[in-house]
Amino acid sequence: MHRFALHRIRENTRYERRMAAELVTIETDVLVVGSGAAGMYAAIEAARRGAAVLLADRSLIGRGGATVMAQMTVAAALGEETPDDWRHHYDDTIAAGRGLCDEALARLLCEEASDCIRELDRWGVGWARKDGHITATQAPGHDRPRCVYVDFINTGPAVSKTLRAEIARHHKSICKAGDLCVVDLIVGDGEASGAVAWHLSSGAPVMVAAQATVLATGGLTRLFARNSASANMGGDGYALALRAGAPLIDMEFVQFFPIGHLAPRLIGMDPIMWDPFRYKLGGRLRNGRMEEFTAAYGSDEDGKYVLTRDLATYAILKEVAAGRGSPHGGAYLSFAHCSRQALRAAFGPVIDRLAANAIDLTRMPVEVAPIAHYHMGGVKADARMATEVPGLFVAGEVVGGANGANRLSGNAITEALVFGRRAGASAAERVKHRAPPRHRMRPQDGAAALDLVRRDGFTRDRRKNTAAMIARLQAIMTDDVGPLRTGRGLAHAMTQIEALGDELGERPPGRAANFDLQRLEWFDLRNMLVVARAIVQCALNRTESRGAHQREDFSTTRPEWQVHQTVRGRDGRLQTSGAPHAAATVIAS
Amino acid sequence: MTAAKQIATLKIQRGGVGEAARFERFEVPFEPGQSVLDGLRWLRAAADPTLAIRFSCINANACKECMIQLDGETVYACTARLEPREMTLTPLPNKKLLRDLVTEIASPSERFK
Repeated sequence: MHRFALHRIRENTRYERRMAAELVTIETDVLVVGSGAAGMYAAIEAARRGAAVLLADRSLIGRGGATVMAQMTVAAALGEETPDDWRHHYDDTIAAGRGLCDEALARLLCEEASDCIRELDRWGVGWARKDGHITATQAPGHDRPRCVYVDFINTGPAVSKTLRAEIARHHKSICKAGDLCVVDLIVGDGEASGAVAWHLSSGAPVMVAAQATVLATGGLTRLFARNSASANMGGDGYALALRAGAPLIDMEFVQFFPIGHLAPRLIGMDPIMWDPFRYKLGGRLRNGRMEEFTAAYGSDEDGKYVLTRDLATYAILKEVAAGRGSPHGGAYLSFAHCSRQALRAAFGPVIDRLAANAIDLTRMPVEVAPIAHYHMGGVKADARMATEVPGLFVAGEVVGGANGANRLSGNAITEALVFGRRAGASAAERVKHRAPPRHRMRPQDGAAALDLVRRDGFTRDRRKNTAAMIARLQAIMTDDVGPLRTGRGLAHAMTQIEALGDELGERPPGRAANFDLQRLEWFDLRNMLVVARAIVQCALNRTESRGAHQREDFSTTRPEWQVHQTVRGRDGRLQTSGAPHAAATVIAS
Repeated sequence: MTAAKQIATLKIQRGGVGEAARFERFEVPFEPGQSVLDGLRWLRAAADPTLAIRFSCINANACKECMIQLDGETVYACTARLEPREMTLTPLPNKKLLRDLVTEIASPSERFK
């Protein structure tokens, strides 16, 4: 019926205003926001436990987000080829986190990983096998081969497809809603009770009443100019949680993937694609003078792939800063020592896609450089995936703390699966054991968000260029909030981010019509800017270097900083806490 | 000495539900190796943010959301090469039009109803 109304929109302004305001309301047990691996697994688990689920995604179901892009490996101590135990995986995760992992979350991640991997195996994901066993490769930072994969960089798409098929089997209890953009969560009597959203395809305002909500919207890599994730990874979940009253932790720790593809231009491939081939073939990193350089930064690769992400990122950027970068500002990655046959065996059909881009690895190196890849920080949650707001759960990359200051290779899809499943279970338990809801949705709930969604902004205007504003934010973050930071640069970034906020204004452009991308970008920027401020403020506060957070003006790791910083949203302002007293004094002076 | 900058001209079908389709021409800088989606994204940020296109993964050809027609052939905008000539971009003809190059491509069971 709302669709009928929208067909009439352009004919009569008064009619349009009345009809565009017509609200679509939905009631469900569990609302899951985001349909990557975390959201889909949460939906499946909640449905298995008897809950009715609305699985919403601002893009198409199971297609956007990070999972479908994950071309690499999934860490789990299966021990099928090499004896292993989750405790070894846990030890490696803690060591990689540079003293900052939330131990309860890291333990959950490692302890339940194998179970999820085997469940996906039963659902037919197709993990690569040797001699009948699921085979595993050894990624940097792991003490033994522990990372499973679907061959020829197909891990993420296979995981997505498998979970989508499993969701289809639960079609009676999982309702899927693509192109549904959540604007704000509704909190009544201190509990999460649903969300206000709008339907991108039609422009219709939507209100969802839910007894439990799971945020599984992924990370924030879209804040940076060069990133390895989808266009919808703008930190939505962090902003939604913050505005709903749930605190964030560790927001200063953004992981850069050191060897993102840089040049020559390569289309139809994810820029993180070189990683799996480094597992198989080693590959050699060289600076612009074709010299090996990683030994100078404390890790001699010796033809093997052992360098952790934080160290490799640091080493490459330092070489570039010293004038020893490759022509496009990165490093060379060479597989020229491998035979054509070995390359074909490792790369399979990918060799042909490289050839279509005029890349022949036997004859030429490629250029690589760090690229925003993953967020260690996120919403503070316990091992049930419960936030401080009752009824609000989180899953996957939205969860902060499991990976500390630096994530181990292979733990991202693992946490999507494990945390997704756990969040779905917790949400369903809440629905089952809860007394009849004390809170009923009232007309005033979500009124401010509904007003934004329904409001006609300025007419579609080419001058207010939301796409350009996003590009400017990405440039600000890349220039001053990347892997190498200074107090001066961070302060500069904060000033520019605040100016962008002023420019954004308080009303979205356009009106509630079909697929208004400019209007969507306005809502995206509303989230991206608050998340950017949280990162910058925490990075300014942290006057030390640790893992993914490297301060050129505070280059050592300091014991008093082995603490999490927390960000809360209070009265429209961000408030950080947790910095050690001595360091706080440094900032004040 | 640098060669004169090459240009790709994108002739794009515009218009939403219930509107008459119209074509608009845009010139975008061309560099060898770029995709049509590169050109469209440049165009939105540099000239016209009201242009509607659908994409998620940008470059990986993983999300499969950016299907459009290029000179009457169905392509992914992220893997079709930009070329220094006039290229005609239209929405998929067999799907319901939402706006400009965006059509309803989700399977019915995955749509919000």
